[in-house]
Amino acid sequence: VYNFAANYFQEKVIPGHETRSVEALCWAAGDRLFGAGLSGDITEYDLALLCVARSVDGCGGPIWSMAANSSGTQLAIGCEDGSVKLFQVVPGGIQFERNLDRRKGRILCLSWHPSDTHIAAGSIDFLRVFDVCSGNSQPERIMVNYHVLKVRRECIVWSIAFLSSGTVITSDSFGRVQFWDWQRGTLMESHTVSTSAVLSLAVSEKEDSIIVGTSTGATYQFQLLPVKMGSLEKRWVRTKPFQHHTHDVRAVAHSSTALISGGLDAQLVIRPLMEKMQKKGYDAALRKFTFPHRRLVSCARKARLLLFQFSQHLELWRLGSTDETGKDGEVLPLCRMPEHLVQLKSKGPEHIYCSCVSPCGSWVAYSTASRFHLYRVQYEGDGISIKKVPKVPKLLLPAYQLQFSSDSGSLFVASARGSVHVLQLLEPGGCKHLHTFRPPSGSPEAVYLLASSADGHWLAAVGGDWAIHIYDLKCFKHHCTVPTYSCAVTALAIHPVTNNLVIAYSDQQLFEFSIPEKQYTAWSRMVQNCGLHRVWLERDSPITHITFNPKNPSHILLHDIYMFCVLDKSLPLPDNSALLMNQSTLKQLPETARQRQLHAFKICKKFQPLLFADLLDENCLVMVERPIMDIKTQLPLPIQQKKFGT
Amino acid sequence: KYLGFLAFTFMGLGIRFPYFNILIQIGCGYLAFAFCHEKNPKSVSDQKPLGCWSVKHGQIITCPVVCNFETHEYIAVHDDKVLRIWNNKDINLDKVFKATLSADVYRVHSLPNGGPVVLFKGGGVRTLDVLLEAPQQEIENIISDEVIKWSEAFMEGQQPVLIFTTEKDGDFFVYIQKLKMNSLHRYKLEQQELSKPLSFTAYIKNQIITLLCLYSSDSVYKVLIPLQQNTEEEEQILSKSLLLNLSVSGSVLKGTSFVVLDKDHVAVLGSLAASGEESKECLTIWNTKFQTLQTSKELPLGTSGQLWCYEEKFFFTHGKVLTVIMYKCETSSLAAAVGKLKDSQTPDVSSYVNWNTLGDEELVVSFQSQQSVALKSESKMTVSYNSTVLKPMPCTSELHSICCFQDASTTAFEDELRQLMSKAQMPDFQATIGCVITALINRCKTNPKYYPRNFLLQIVQTRDLSYSLCPDLMAVALEKKDVHLLQICLQRFPDIPEEITYACLKVFLSISEAYLQRIDVNLESVICYIDIEFNNKEVKTEIVENGFSAELEQDIWDTKITKETHLTCDGEFCPVGPQKAALLNAVLHSAYSETFLLPHLKNLPAQQAVLFLRYLYYLYVKCSEKINTTLPGIRSPTINQIMDWMCLLLDAQFTVMVMLPDAKELLSNLHKFVRAQVRFYSELNKIEGSLRELQRLNHQKDSQTYSIEVLELI
Repeated sequence: VYNFAANYFQEKVIPGHETRSVEALCWAAGDRLFGAGLSGDITEYDLALLCVARSVDGCGGPIWSMAANSSGTQLAIGCEDGSVKLFQVVPGGIQFERNLDRRKGRILCLSWHPSDTHIAAGSIDFLRVFDVCSGNSQPERIMVNYHVLKVRRECIVWSIAFLSSGTVITSDSFGRVQFWDWQRGTLMESHTVSTSAVLSLAVSEKEDSIIVGTSTGATYQFQLLPVKMGSLEKRWVRTKPFQHHTHDVRAVAHSSTALISGGLDAQLVIRPLMEKMQKKGYDAALRKFTFPHRRLVSCARKARLLLFQFSQHLELWRLGSTDETGKDGEVLPLCRMPEHLVQLKSKGPEHIYCSCVSPCGSWVAYSTASRFHLYRVQYEGDGISIKKVPKVPKLLLPAYQLQFSSDSGSLFVASARGSVHVLQLLEPGGCKHLHTFRPPSGSPEAVYLLASSADGHWLAAVGGDWAIHIYDLKCFKHHCTVPTYSCAVTALAIHPVTNNLVIAYSDQQLFEFSIPEKQYTAWSRMVQNCGLHRVWLERDSPITHITFNPKNPSHILLHDIYMFCVLDKSLPLPDNSALLMNQSTLKQLPETARQRQLHAFKICKKFQPLLFADLLDENCLVMVERPIMDIKTQLPLPIQQKKFGT
Repeated sequence: KYLGFLAFTFMGLGIRFPYFNILIQIGCGYLAFAFCHEKNPKSVSDQKPLGCWSVKHGQIITCPVVCNFETHEYIAVHDDKVLRIWNNKDINLDKVFKATLSADVYRVHSLPNGGPVVLFKGGGVRTLDVLLEAPQQEIENIISDEVIKWSEAFMEGQQPVLIFTTEKDGDFFVYIQKLKMNSLHRYKLEQQELSKPLSFTAYIKNQIITLLCLYSSDSVYKVLIPLQQNTEEEEQILSKSLLLNLSVSGSVLKGTSFVVLDKDHVAVLGSLAASGEESKECLTIWNTKFQTLQTSKELPLGTSGQLWCYEEKFFFTHGKVLTVIMYKCETSSLAAAVGKLKDSQTPDVSSYVNWNTLGDEELVVSFQSQQSVALKSESKMTVSYNSTVLKPMPCTSELHSICCFQDASTTAFEDELRQLMSKAQMPDFQATIGCVITALINRCKTNPKYYPRNFLLQIVQTRDLSYSLCPDLMAVALEKKDVHLLQICLQRFPDIPEEITYACLKVFLSISEAYLQRIDVNLESVICYIDIEFNNKEVKTEIVENGFSAELEQDIWDTKITKETHLTCDGEFCPVGPQKAALLNAVLHSAYSETFLLPHLKNLPAQQAVLFLRYLYYLYVKCSEKINTTLPGIRSPTINQIMDWMCLLLDAQFTVMVMLPDAKELLSNLHKFVRAQVRFYSELNKIEGSLRELQRLNHQKDSQTYSIEVLELI
C-alpha cells in the first residue's frame, strides 16, 4: 500500500501466499481492502496487522474479477463458472447476498454503474449488463466479436468500465477499446490501439479520460474531447501513448492528476498529467517503483556474512576477500571467493515477512505469517552445520521486523499493536522470552522498524502510526517518544558512540535525536534551519538503511536505491547553488582547491540499483546491487517487436 | 417492413439527444422510430425499429413530426388541424393527447432550448405552450394568398426566430418573425429572369441570417438579412449574390436540396446531367471558397430528392433504404487543395492570413480555428486600417499612406517601421506587416538601387509570414541573389510554390563557393555534421549511442577504407561548402508537391543535378553512420527528406544521368550503398533473436559477478 501523501512511500506490505494469487483488489466500506483470486476465496486484509483478516469461499471456482459498488456496501465477484455473485459488506466480514443470472463462460471483468443499479461484466466473446434488482441481463448478451466473424478466434474482454451516461467501455484481446450503448446493444465507437491484447482499463472520476494498458507494455490515454473548439458534441480521442513497461500492463488506475500503471515487469509507474499540474516541478516528475522500500538483506559484520531474503527462502553467503590494495576505481584480485553457505527453504506456502542474521553470524531468524523460526549456525572449518532452535517462545505472530543486539545476546521481535518482544539467546542453542515492550498509550498498528544501540542500552521502534518509541533495555521501561513528525519513517539507527538516533523520513528529511538528552541535537536543529539541498529533497526513493563508522563518529552512512552517501557532520551543508553530486568534480581538482568545495554530502552513484550497503569495518563497505536486467531475464519474453529497418 | 414499400415519402426527421435516434416518417400514415450505430451508421439492416405508430385509416400526417427536446415528447399534426403529442411509452396514436386547432398548420419547429413553435399556413406563429392553453384561439392570416414554401427556426440569444419564404405569382417573399418581440418583417426577394428558387437553407450568425437559395438556374445564391431592423419600412427588396455555380467541366448539377456543412462547404443532392448523357443522381460536396467540386457520390438507385444533415452525417433515401453517410470537412486551404501541407514537425509556422477577413473583429477566431471565413458577406478586397496599431503615427491610417513613405529617406523610413514593429501585438498586425513588406518590395521594384536587406531579414525572421502574404518578396530576393533571405524564407514560409523552390535550388547550386564564403548564411543545420576544414580528416567526437565506440571500430574502418576506397571516397567528403550545404538544406526542408516540382526539376542543368545528387548521397551516407539515422543539429534534413529528394531528382534527371560519364560512377556507388543498407537491415532483423539470447546469457553471467573495488569518497 503506497501512501501518496507520504511521498509515495510503500507504507504497508502484506507478504503473499503461494496458493492465493490475487486477481482483483478493491477498497470497500471506507478503507477496508478486499482481494480475490484464483483460489476462489474472497479475502479481507487487516491493514494494521498486515495479514489476512478473514477469508470467504466464493463458491464459484476461481475468481477472476471483483468490484465494489460506489457506496462500498456491496461486492460483486466474477467467477470461472460464469456466475456473478453479490456479497454484502457487513461489519466484521462479508455476507453472500445473491447470484445474478448465470451463463457459461468465465467472467473476467466487472464494473458497477455509478448509480449501483447495473453491473457490466466482460467474458469471452461477449459482455453482459445485469440489472442488480432483477438479476437478469437485458439484452442477454452483447457479442464483441461481431465485426471479426471471419476470424474464428475467441475475443476475450479483459477489462470493462461503466460510465454514468450508460456507456460501457471494454478492452479486449484483439487490441480494441470499444464504447457500447448497452441499452441498445450497439457499438458506438471502436478504437484499435494495439495488435496485441488491451489488458486493463481505468476511468477518471470525471469520466472524461481513460487509460488503457496493453500487453506490449504500452499505455494509452483516451480523452473525451469536443469535435471542434467550442462544440458540444464530444468524442473519445486517443491522445497520449506511453511506453514505460516492457511486459504486460496488468493494472491501471486513473487519479485526478496522474496515470498509474503496474506491469508484469514488476514496475509501478506514476505518470503525472502535465495539464493538471500548476507548474513544472517535483510533483510533475515521472515516478517508477521497482524495488520494495525496505531492507531485504542483513549483514553479520563480524562474521562477514550476508543474509538474503527471498519470498520463500533465505540465502546465507560468506563474503570474499582480498589481500591487496589499490587506487580509486581499481578492481582488486580476490584471494578468497564468496561462498554460498546455506539455503534455508521456508516450509509451507506462506511468504517470508522478515529475516535477520546476528552480527556474529551464528544465529539466523525469520518469520512468516504463522511461524517464527530461529536457527543456530555453527562453522567448523569449511563446514557448516545449522540447527533449528527448539521450543521458541509462543509469540503473537507474524513478526514484522527482527533485530539482533550488537553482542548477539538477544533478539528483538517487532510485533502487532506496537509491541516489541525481547528474547534472550542462550548457548548452545536456545532462547527465552525476557520482556515485551508496549507503547504507554497503546497503538493498533504493527511495529515495522527497529534499531538497537551498540552498548545494549536502548531500543528504538517505529509503528504504523509513525510514532518512534525509545525503550530502556537495562531496566525494561519506556524511555521517551520522539516528537511526532507527519511523515513515514523509512530508516533509523542509533549511533554507537553518541547514542544519537538518526531518522530518515519519506519526505527525505533527516533528523538526529539525542536519546540520553531526549531532544533533537544541535546539528539536527541546524539542518532544519538551513534546509537540505533541493536535489537531495527531490530524490524519489527513500533512504532504506542507515549505518555508522565507529572510527569516525561524525560520519553517517545512508543509501537509497540510486545512491550511497557518507554524510560528514563536520563539514558545512551545501546550499542550493552548490553542486550536490560533486565527487567527480572534486576528483579533478588539485588537493589544495578541494578544501573550499567540500560539503557534508559525499555521494556515490556508482552502484545502481543499490539494494543494500553496510560498513563491515573501518575501511570496508559491502554493497548489494540488483541489476534490472537480471530481473528481466527471469520474466517471460516480451511480445516481439521489430526494431531495425522498416 | 414499411421500408419495403416502393411508394413511400420520406417526410421528416427529428433527432433526439444523446442516443442518436432517428424518427422516420414513412408515407402519410406511418411513423417508425429507429436508431443508428454511432460508428457504423450505414448498416441499418441489423437495426430494429424502436417504436412504430400509425394514424387511423383516412387520416394523413401533414407535417414532419418533431421531438420536444425538453419533455422528450413527439408532436405530430394530422389532417392539417389536429395536433397529437405522445411519448415513447404510448402505443396507440389514437389514444394520445389530441388538440384540434382553428387554422391549418404548416410546420412545427422544435428548438433545443426554446420549445416547439407552430407555424400556420396563414403565416401566424405560436409557441406550443401558448397554443395548448387555448387550442381554438384565433390565428391571424398575414400572408393572404401567398403560399409558404419553406420555413426554419433558430435561437438568437434567448429568443426564437422564425424565417419562412412564400410565393405568389412568381414573386418570392421572406418573412422574419421574432417571437418574443412579436415583430414581423417582410422582404421581397430580388427577381431573376427565367429562374426561380427551388430550395432554401439558412443559418444565423452575429445577428445576421444568411439565406442560401438553390435556383433552377443551377446556382446557389446568398442573401443576407440583418436581424436588427427597427425601421418599419415598407417592403424591402433583398439583393442576392452568387455563391456557387453548380457546373463542373461541361456537366451541370440539377440540385434538388442542399445543406451547408461549414464556412466553405455545401452539400447538394441532385442529378448530374452531361450533354448527351443520361443524368444520374448523386450527392456532391462543393467548396465555395475555391468554387470546386470536392467530392461526389453516385446514387444509382435514386433518391427522394431530400437531404438532411446532422452531426457530420448525411441522411437521405437511396432506393428503398435510408442511407447515412459520415463526412469530414477538412480545413479549406489552398495548400490542402493543391499540394502538400507543410510537415507538422515544424511548429514555428502556424498562422495563415486571410485577406478577406482583414479588419474584421473576427480575425482572432479565424486564426485560432485556421479556417477562413468565406461565407461571410463582405469580401473586402480593399483594406482599410482602423486598427490602433497605426493610429499614433500621423498619416499612416490608410494603406496608401505607407506608399508615401516610398519617397522618404531609407533610414527615416526604417526607423518609423521599426517603431511600428515594436508596438503591441495586434490581431491583424500580421497583415499590417504583410502590407509593409508589399510596399517595400514595390519600392524595390521601381528603384533597383533600393534594397533594405537587413530590414527585410529582420521582419522575416521575427514574424510568422507566409509566401502568399508577400508574394513578390522571394522573387526580388532571387533577383538580388540574397541567399540568406531566401534561406530564411524557405525555412519559415509554409506555402512556397514549387516554381520558386526550384528557382532557389537553381540559384543555390549555381552560385560560386568563393562568393558564398563572403556571405553570412545561417549554418546551424550543417555545423554539427560537416567537416569545415577539408584537409582535417579527423573524425569529430560526438555522443556515441548504443555502446558503439568509435575507437574500437577504428581498425575495422581502416581496413575497409583501404579495401573499398572507391566506394567511400564519394560519400566521405562533402561535395559542397558548408554555406552551400546550409542553403540546400533549407530547400530540402521546404514543403512541396512532387507533381508540381518534377517538371521544374527536369530543367536543372546536368552538372548542377550531379552536384546536388552528390550532396544528397553524402547526406545519406552521413545519416547511415548513426544507428538512429538522424543528423545532429537544428533543422538538419531528415532521412525521409533526403530519400524523397534523391528519388525525385533521379526521376527527373535519369536519362541525363545515365549519359553523363561522371554521374555513372556516382550512380553505381549509390546503388551499391543502398543495396548494402538493405542487406544490412535484413541481416540485423535476422540476428535480433540471437542478440537477445546472447544478452540474456550475458546478464545471467553478470549476475553472479562479485568484485572487490576501491572506492574513494572525498
